[in-house]
Amino acid sequence: MTKKIKNLNLNFGPQHPAAHGVLRLILELDGEVVEKADPHIGLLHRGTEKLIENKTYMQAVPYFDRLDYVAPMNQEHAFALAVEKILKIDVPIRAQYIRVIFCEIGRILSHILNVTTQALDVGALTPSLWGFEERETLMTFYERASGSRLHANYFRAGGVHQDLPKGLEEDISNFCDTFPKVINDLESLLTDNRIFKQRNVDIGIVSKEDALDYSFSGVMIRGSGVPWDLRKSQPYDCYEDLDFKIPVGKNGDCYDRYLCRIEEMKESVSIIKQCLSKMEKGPIKSLDGKISPPSKKDIKQSMEALIHHFKLFTEGYRVPKDEIYTAVEAPKGEFGVYLISDGSSKPYKCKIRAPGFSHLQSMDYLIKGHMLADVPAVLGSLDIVFGEVDR
Amino acid sequence: MNSLEDLEKKINSELTTKINNSEIKHNQIYLETDKDDFLDIILFLKTNLDTKFRQLIDITVVDYPENNQRFQVVYLFLSHEFNQRLVLKYSISENEVIPSLTSVFPAANWMEREVFDMYGVNFKDHPDLRRILTDYGFEGHPLRKDFPLTGHSEVRYSEDQKKVISEPVKLEQNYRNFDYESPWEGTRYIKEEIENNDKKN
Repeated sequence: MTKKIKNLNLNFGPQHPAAHGVLRLILELDGEVVEKADPHIGLLHRGTEKLIENKTYMQAVPYFDRLDYVAPMNQEHAFALAVEKILKIDVPIRAQYIRVIFCEIGRILSHILNVTTQALDVGALTPSLWGFEERETLMTFYERASGSRLHANYFRAGGVHQDLPKGLEEDISNFCDTFPKVINDLESLLTDNRIFKQRNVDIGIVSKEDALDYSFSGVMIRGSGVPWDLRKSQPYDCYEDLDFKIPVGKNGDCYDRYLCRIEEMKESVSIIKQCLSKMEKGPIKSLDGKISPPSKKDIKQSMEALIHHFKLFTEGYRVPKDEIYTAVEAPKGEFGVYLISDGSSKPYKCKIRAPGFSHLQSMDYLIKGHMLADVPAVLGSLDIVFGEVDR
Repeated sequence: MNSLEDLEKKINSELTTKINNSEIKHNQIYLETDKDDFLDIILFLKTNLDTKFRQLIDITVVDYPENNQRFQVVYLFLSHEFNQRLVLKYSISENEVIPSLTSVFPAANWMEREVFDMYGVNFKDHPDLRRILTDYGFEGHPLRKDFPLTGHSEVRYSEDQKKVISEPVKLEQNYRNFDYESPWEGTRYIKEEIENNDKKN
């Protein structure tokens, strides 16, 4: 006698600690093997793109902090670059270095969070406790530069909002000296750890071809052995003058992606060090008074500065009619902004290309045939943050 | 192709009748085509050894409600091999159905779902065309220009019914959209005159 066995449907999330946010995953299970995964997203959808269409270019910047909220300034960077290219304005060299420093800090912030929470998902508690201590130090740097730990709103078209406060450069430099030891400590906990390897090696393998087909970018494509990094291939700001390596994986599994992230953090530290040594005093935003707001001191003395200030903070600056797609290498992959301006002071359309969106859509392909317990491991290595997936 | 100019020449010579307009700006190539031809162009760009646009970066739509063909569909491509980016565009009217790209690029699946959700553009042969970002049971297409910023409905937990209910938006104060256009730059007809003069020069 044969008995028909029905597959089990399991509702994973939206409130599940391993879902890294508000992911609802509908899994079809045959025993413990996943047959199909259907991610339901959009639970954190805030209509960012619609809101940006109704705000001036300067008012749009804070919305970018709220996308991938573990590395806010990297997003702002993409938007700032897009507007600068349409306006055809130059960014002073000091501002470029400051932006690169904070982008790399963002990369470390994001990678620490990802590596340690991935370890947490597969059963290791200590790395996250150690990692979060460092994240706190880094967010203090964010706070000292911009006034806010997370939602920085620091980058502007044409530079950054204000210069670094006294002493911050030394403190970042000191951090760069001590941080490699923390990476080594994290590695000593994870890299050769038997359990960590059993949970990650040969799990969620992505081939080169599939990585291209599924529109992967960042660590997801480098883990599969494609040496592609926008900082090298399409350099923006001062990345051209900096010397750094692109770590590339071999097998395209969760473990290789973990190794890539660890190596990238080391490279980021070296990039920050180079920037700090090359940086000189100078202006930190575009000198064009029609785009950069005047200093408080000038407003008190110059009528023209006062008018500029008033116009910039009510109407905003106008951006000529044009369209552009600009992408940056955010910690999670290619973060792009497709901007259409119509000559007014508000964008006509601003499409945000989030790397996590294309990564998460491959969930079904990645997890098919794996065990239920591998779902958190794969999800962890995809590096999903719902702020940017849902927008 | 190694340079964008060569690429533009190549595309224009191979696909003469299908390309309506091509332009190089911001170090990217922008192509305009028609709805009937775009699939051929994409297949050519993906498979030709001189182009190799193997990665679909994104699909989106731009809404121009005043145009006859209201929606402009935009595809963004990237070629790792030649390190080039390409933007392909074509216009459609409101109720037109366009072919899905999912069989060519699996990544198009969610991107097309998002376009369907946000603009209400329908795709033919899409394996699973459902809403993706908006709530279950949502009505309307939020990124259309005629959809109000404040939306039509809001949700709250009802103590009486012991469940989350959806009701029309009630705002304490209406949404205000200030017009900050400079009064001293003159009214619209003067601005148009200035623009025309700029073009002549």
